[in-house]
Formats: sequence, structure tokens, C-alpha cells
Amino acid sequence: MADLRVKIAGVELKNPVIPASGAYGFGREYECLYPLSELGGISCKGMTLRPQNGNPPPRVAETPAGMLNSVGLQNGGIDHFIKEELPYLEQQDTVIIANVAGHTIEDCVEIAQKLEPTKVDIIELNISCPNVKQGGAAFGTSCSAAEEITRAVRQNTTKPLMVKLSPNVTSITDIAKAVEAAGADAVSLINTLLGMRIDINTRRPILKNNVGGLSGPAVFPVAVRMVWQVANAVNIPVVGMGGIATAEDAVEMMMAGASAVQIGAAIFADPWTPVKVVRGLNDWCDQHGIAKVADLTGTVQPW
Amino acid sequence: MAYLQGVYPIVKKELPARHIIDLTVSAPEMAAIARPGQFAHLKAEGLFLRRPISICEIDREKGTLRFVFEIKGEGTRVLSEKRVGDNLDIMGPLGHGFARPEGEIIVVGGGIGVPPMLETAKGYGEKATAILGFRSANAVILTQDFQRQGNRVVLCTDDGTMGFHGFVTQALEQQLQQKKPALICACGPHPMLKGVAQLAQQYGVDCQVSLEERMGCGVGACLVCACRTVKDGQEYLSHVCKDGPVFDSKDVLF
Ligand SMILES: Cc1cc2nc3c(=O)[nH]c(=O)nc-3n(C[C@H](O)[C@H](O)[C@H](O)COP(=O)(O)OP(=O)(O)OC[C@H]3O[C@@H](n4cnc5c(N)ncnc54)[C@H](O)[C@@H]3O)c2cc1C
Ligand SMILES: Cc1cc2nc3c(=O)[nH]c(=O)nc-3n(C[C@H](O)[C@H](O)[C@H](O)COP(=O)(O)O)c2cc1C
Ligand code: FES
Repeated sequence: MADLRVKIAGVELKNPVIPASGAYGFGREYECLYPLSELGGISCKGMTLRPQNGNPPPRVAETPAGMLNSVGLQNGGIDHFIKEELPYLEQQDTVIIANVAGHTIEDCVEIAQKLEPTKVDIIELNISCPNVKQGGAAFGTSCSAAEEITRAVRQNTTKPLMVKLSPNVTSITDIAKAVEAAGADAVSLINTLLGMRIDINTRRPILKNNVGGLSGPAVFPVAVRMVWQVANAVNIPVVGMGGIATAEDAVEMMMAGASAVQIGAAIFADPWTPVKVVRGLNDWCDQHGIAKVADLTGTVQPW
Repeated sequence: MAYLQGVYPIVKKELPARHIIDLTVSAPEMAAIARPGQFAHLKAEGLFLRRPISICEIDREKGTLRFVFEIKGEGTRVLSEKRVGDNLDIMGPLGHGFARPEGEIIVVGGGIGVPPMLETAKGYGEKATAILGFRSANAVILTQDFQRQGNRVVLCTDDGTMGFHGFVTQALEQQLQQKKPALICACGPHPMLKGVAQLAQQYGVDCQVSLEERMGCGVGACLVCACRTVKDGQEYLSHVCKDGPVFDSKDVLF
């Protein structure tokens, strides 16, 4: 048995595996397969200040080794989360990560204030959703906007603050440095890459929103590269995600510099993926004589 | 909600019509809890997303589930190549099925919407009237299965090459003029469902429809399978995989 514990933003996780925001709801849909306590943590569906319906369907399109989605942050709003979802999550014995996605800085600040007295362990500030018109990725594509929103939330929360970065930028390292300077305790990356599919028979985009976010194994190499670059640019922990489907992928992501990993789209193909990755990580460490999984982080030896 | 995920052997395969595949899988644990109108999420090797397919028949004694599907694109083509003895990776049973009221029911199936109506009409014998519509005689499937379970069958083809020449909605109206059932259950193309829902409202009969939408997780976690519904007088996006696939027709915004 390897020691699978990791620490991000001062919070200890029993293992480094976290279902990614938007791919796992609040966990309820998977408790009939395995106890959620097997997970290092759960990153909840992105929440806005008020409930919102999201984009019109179709909201999913298959791609080679992945998928596009254009859900557009459908959620019941922060008050609903605190009242209906949080009490359930508190009983699951896993780290609770609240994914916060305001349309304005004021929204994000208000959400953070509402989360302050709760048992949420970590705030994941989502400045990278490609599927909403206002806010979302707009905050994540300019250093000054990313810095400003991070600072504003930082000043209004004592909770560990992780900022989720967009890959749809020229230099992700600059954005990472900006949010670190503004007081982020960790960064998570990558959110989805903007993409598009067209039905050639109808000449219509498959997604009603025309464009959507690409995720799944197709994005894995891009995610590994970005995690590696960011881990080398900042001194705060990096949570890596994008295309992880196996324990070997998780090992690779950690070697690139991730302290923990999140798993999204792969769960749709196999709902057991997070648990299989936890067990596989343990086996891999045992086979390779690694006592602590945390020792894998950043151990790639670049040429 | 309780569902399972597992790998189950195919025990029977038939090709009832062009591009139509009929697979029976031995999955006793799933058969034990499945209900008519529910669906399963099937893995097509080499493709990323699973494919939602309705449960056509449940045999608790034999522990089998039956799926009947049309080859539409790559995923259903991969599934069509499976043979008896091959394994099928299934998540299921998923979603909410049809209600099973006392009295008489009418089930309406259009094309590849016919399969889930078979289990839905099972147990009703001649208290269920199955109105089954197909493009043409060569596309007709499953009618004998409905007859074998004692249902009254009204067969319709768009081109009149078999049975009643016309749409299922016309045949449904004729039935409703004679007698009102406790419930109408329908699955098929969107315009057909809309027509059925309108007739149900006109004749004051309860109606449930099974909807389709592209899916990711299949269990209610990813929110991609949204469909337009009304809740407390307001438009609301429900999710086909979890809130459906069967909805009260009055709640659906067609
Ligand atoms: C609840 C439910 C029950 C269904 N039951 C049956 C059934 O019993 N028999 C049957 O033949 N078909 C059924 N369908 C439709 C079936 O899921 C699609 O025909 C199938 O997914 C097409 O996959 P493909 O790879 O062959 O086609 P492609 O067009 O290559 O598929 C591309 C992507 O779009 C999705 N997609 C395409 N068409 C549909 C559709 N109509 N509904 C949902 N997703 C779609 C696919 O799943 C895949 O993700 C059902 C759909 C739903 C939602
Ligand atoms: C259906 C879907 C919904 C998502 N919703 C959110 C969200 O609400 N907030 C967020 O920060 N990321 C969201 N994401 C992005 C994922 O959390 C993750 O960053 C991305 O999918 C890459 O990981 P993956 O390849 O493992 O899926 C969503 C992804 C998918 C597939
Ligand atoms: S397919 Fe994921 S919520 Fe319906």
C-alpha cells in the first residue's frame, strides 16, 4: 500500500483523484456504484449566483477520442447548492470543492461570501468556462482581469482558493503567474478547448450553441504540456486535468507537475474511472517502489 | 436511483429488417430491476461516448434484456457487428419508464420507437392496443411479438404497403373516438409525439411520451441531455436521461 495522501492549498486529500466539475454533478448519480469516500475530493458542478438554464440542446457532440459540450453552466444557483447539495456532500467523507462561476466580479465575491460559513473545503474559481456569454472565460483570457477577479475573491474568503485556468489563451503561464500574485493558493487546469463540429448533411453545427468545449483523451497531450509549463512557472500547487482516463495518465500528469488530478469526460465512458485510477495509482506506486504518490509530482526529467 | 454497469454476453441475435438489429443479452441483475420504458447506455468499442438504447423486452425468468436498434451511424454500426457470445458493456437500467395503470392502454410506436412499446404493452393482453407505424412493409418489425403477448395490433404504413395506409395519429384518433384508455404511451419521431400529445389533450386522456436527446453520462450528472419542459407554469430544462426518457406529455414543450 502506497501512501496516496496529497496536499493542495493546505487541504489534505486521502488520494489525488477528483472528479472534475461538470462531469459528476454532486456525486449522487454514482453512489450506487461505489462510496464517494473512495475519492480524494469532488469538484462540484459550476455554480452561479442565481439559477440558470444553460444553452439550448443539443449540447454534446462526439469527437475522435473525446467530446464537445455546450452545457453553459446550467445550475440551481448558490443558495440551492448550500441548502440542497452541501448537506449531502458533507456526509460523504471526501474533500468538497465548490466551482464558482460568476458573470461579474461582484457575483463571484457574493458567492464566496455565502460559502464562507459553510463546510466547503476549497473554492475553485472558474475563470475559464467557454460556454457562457458574459464572464466565464473572459476573466481567464487576460492577465489583468484574471488578477482582478482573483484578488477580489481572495479578499472575501478565508477558504483555500484555487483558480481554474483556460487553455484558450496565448500564454497560460502568464495567467497562472497573475493569479498567483493575486493570492491564489493553487491553480487547476485545463478547462475545455473551444471546438466545433458540423453535420455535413444539414450544414448545421451539431451543437445548438455552434461551438463548445473539447475534453476527453483527445486533449490529454495539450493538458500535460500546459500543466508542465505552469508547474514550472508558479510556486503554488497545480491540479492537472484534461483527458485523464487511466492510472497511467494520472502518473504522467503528476510527473508533469500536478499535485492532484481531476477526471471529467472519461467518467461518461466508464463511471468507475475515478475509482479505477485510485486503485491503479496505488498498484503503480507499489510496482515501482514508490512509497508516497506525492513524490511523483514534477519528476519528469526534461531533455 | 439504482443502476448497474457490467459486461454481459449476447445470447441471441436477429436481423428482423434492413439495418435493424435485435440483440438479447443475459443480464439477470439488470433484468431483475428493469422497467418498461427505461433504457441502457451501451459501449461501442472504439468510440468515446456510449449509445442510449431503449429496453425492448425484459425476461426476469431467463434473466435477459432485449435491444432492437437501427444502424444510424458509426456507433450503432459497431454494435451491429457484435455476435452471439460476444460481450456487451452496459450501464442500466436508466431513467424513468412508463406508468402501468389499471385498465386499458394504447401504446403508439413510430419506426424505431416501436421497440420500447413491446415491454410496455406486456401483461396487458388485449387490454393494450398497439398502434405501430412504419415507413413501408419492408421496415415492419416486432408486430408478431405484440400479437404473441395478446395485444391488439393496429399496423400502419406511410405508403400503404401493409396494414392501414396512413399515420399512427390517424389510427389513434379512430381508436379514441371509440373508447378512451387510461393512458397513451408513445415513442417515435418528434412530430409524431407532438401529434399524439395533441390528440391526448383533445380527448382528455393521460399521455406519456419517450423523448430522445444526445447524451454523455446517461445518469443525470453532466446535464448535456437537456429538453424543454414546463414546471409550475415556467419553461424549465429537464434532462432526458434522469427526468425521462418518459415524460408526461403535458410537461413537454414540443
Ligand atoms: C433514451 C433513448 C432511447 C433510444 N432507444 C433506441 C432504440 O431502442 N433503438 C434505436 O435504434 N435507437 C434508439 N435511440 C437512438 C440511438 O441512441 C441513436 O440512434 C444512436 O445513439 C446513434 O448512434 P450512432 O453512433 O449510430 O450515430 P451517430 O449519428 O454517428 O452518433 C453520433 C453521436 O450522436 C448521438 N446520437 C445520434 N442520434 C441520436 C439520437 N437519435 N438520440 C440520441 N443520441 C443520438 C450518438 O449517441 C453519438 O453520441 C434512443 C435514444 C435515446 C436517447
Ligand atoms: C459536460 C461538461 C461540463 C463541464 N462543466 C464545467 C463546469 O461547470 N465548471 C468547470 O470549471 N469546468 C467544467 N467542465 C470542464 C471539466 O471540469 C474539465 O476541465 C475538462 O472537461 C477537461 O477534463 P476531461 O478531459 O477529463 O473532461 C465541464 C466538462 C464537461 C465535459
Ligand atoms: S446524459 Fe448526462 S445528464 Fe443526461
